[in-house]
Amino acid sequence: MVLRRVAEAQDSTAFAALFAHFGPRVKAYLMKSGADATTAEECAQDVMVTVWRKAAQFDPTRASAATWIFTIARNRRIDMLRRDRRPEPEDLPWGPEAEPDQEDALALQQETAQLAAALRTLPEAQRSMIERAYFNELSHSEIADATGLPLGTIKSRIRLALERLRHSLS
Amino acid sequence: MITHHLSDNLLMAYSAGSLPEAFNLVVATHISVCDECRARLASFDALGGALLDEDTVAMGADSLANVMARIKSEAPTAKPAAPGRDAVLPAPLVDAIGGGLNHVQWRAVGGGVRQAILKTSDKASARLLHIPAGAAVPDHGHHGLELTLVLQGAFRDEDAVFKRGDVEIATEETQHTPIAEPGLDCICLAATDAPLKFRAILPRLAQPFLRI
Repeated sequence: MVLRRVAEAQDSTAFAALFAHFGPRVKAYLMKSGADATTAEECAQDVMVTVWRKAAQFDPTRASAATWIFTIARNRRIDMLRRDRRPEPEDLPWGPEAEPDQEDALALQQETAQLAAALRTLPEAQRSMIERAYFNELSHSEIADATGLPLGTIKSRIRLALERLRHSLS
Repeated sequence: MITHHLSDNLLMAYSAGSLPEAFNLVVATHISVCDECRARLASFDALGGALLDEDTVAMGADSLANVMARIKSEAPTAKPAAPGRDAVLPAPLVDAIGGGLNHVQWRAVGGGVRQAILKTSDKASARLLHIPAGAAVPDHGHHGLELTLVLQGAFRDEDAVFKRGDVEIATEETQHTPIAEPGLDCICLAATDAPLKFRAILPRLAQPFLRI
């Protein structure tokens, strides 16, 4: 895992690879959420600094690298907008840092890949509803009203992820 | 055992980061005590991760060099001290109040009910309610959306009983008369994106003064 090499060995070559992949994705996400190119560039750099600093907190049995970096980018976007604070849930006592279970990490990776594949096969209209929800073109009441939102379709995938996560939480 | 959970729509909006602060507080507080919704949220975050992976915009030429320079030169900002624990209030609420239950500044609102309004952005309001065991929450209908999360005791309305950790999601159509169950006084966190409309004339007159 590239992120673990960053955390354990402070490996700047591994980080450069991570940066090449995720930097442009974080910047695209911020621009789709309404930031201009200059702001998005600055905030994407902030996000990558945070990725380096928090790499030790990344747990591949609970989230993929893309998922974990998405949450950091989302939090940076919320700070950037300075409107609504978003408190985090109380953290669970995950216990002493154990070496993540390879099998759990692999299973999570596969389910995440299946979720992404399911997303790609959705009809265009449904896919764009989900994108609009995540890129904040929909308010929460619009999400509640959005009849085109294919929550049923993606649910089977989400349920798989849920089973996996339940297992890792228990 | 929690039986009334957050909806998919609320979890998705919390994951996307598009909820008003008052609703974020309810969602974060519920997830603090509900492993099922914690796992469901992780699934919605995974959806965000899948969307993040799809599109790219090129970074500036000196981006990586800038970031590496910052990593080497800037001291990481110190983590804020973890808030104290409270038996009734989960961490997001202790943070919002700046302390435990004994720090809450209650005000009487009639019928033995007390409330404390929490500071949030003005798109929606959040407050703690303290309802004596057996007492009624004033009869009301709703504009917009109202979330009520039980933190201590329980309340009952026409349809169901809500206990610690349960969240009631009420919309425009919901007309109900919640009553606190006997036993412990009921403490709830309630958030709404519109003023409550009370049916009785007196509470309605008092509404502007109570800011509810």
